[in-house]
Amino acid sequence: MISVYYFGAISLILIGLYAVLVKKNLLKILIGLSIMETGVNLLLISIGYVSGRSAPILSEGIGPNQAVDPIPQALVLTAIVIGVATTAMALSVAMLIYEKYGTLNIEEIRRLRG
Amino acid sequence: MNAIAIIEYLIVGIMILSAVLAVEWRDLLAAAVGMAAVSLFASILFFMLQAPDVAMTEAAIGAALSAAVFIFAIKRTQRFETEEEEKPGWWVRW
Repeated sequence: MISVYYFGAISLILIGLYAVLVKKNLLKILIGLSIMETGVNLLLISIGYVSGRSAPILSEGIGPNQAVDPIPQALVLTAIVIGVATTAMALSVAMLIYEKYGTLNIEEIRRLRG
Repeated sequence: MNAIAIIEYLIVGIMILSAVLAVEWRDLLAAAVGMAAVSLFASILFFMLQAPDVAMTEAAIGAALSAAVFIFAIKRTQRFETEEEEKPGWWVRW
């Protein structure tokens, strides 16, 4: 039986991939990209989880062999910041595209080129 | 199945439902709110996976800052997706 965290994370990745591939609006594509990034972060954290252990914070009564894996948490902490920077830059590009072409539909933007 | 497992299944179910609604809603403002709800429930799951620092960062950046940036972008552009539904003529799709 698979873990429910793996199911949720892979479902988020697939829903975001569906939005990127099918939807026509540019902002809806960026929403799908953000959902997909959240799913990847959840998958990485759930790989490092060991059942029954506590958070990797050094405190009284908790040794280093009673904590979950801290390396995916540092990785995901970096990936969240990279994701929000990518989203902000893509949204600024989408606003410039709307000012130039007057639409957000990707088919019309492709036809107006050149 | 104990109480913690039931809460895990419930939160994962609500998170997947929020993701589907965020993709399918035509109102982009409602879709941004759905995306913020996905980040919020992912933050609760990070806390249940014993990663409190990632949970704090996800709640601050994913649920608040990302939704605010999306709302500013929607304010500068269109709010609704423009799709013609009922029997479009050939000149509409072209």
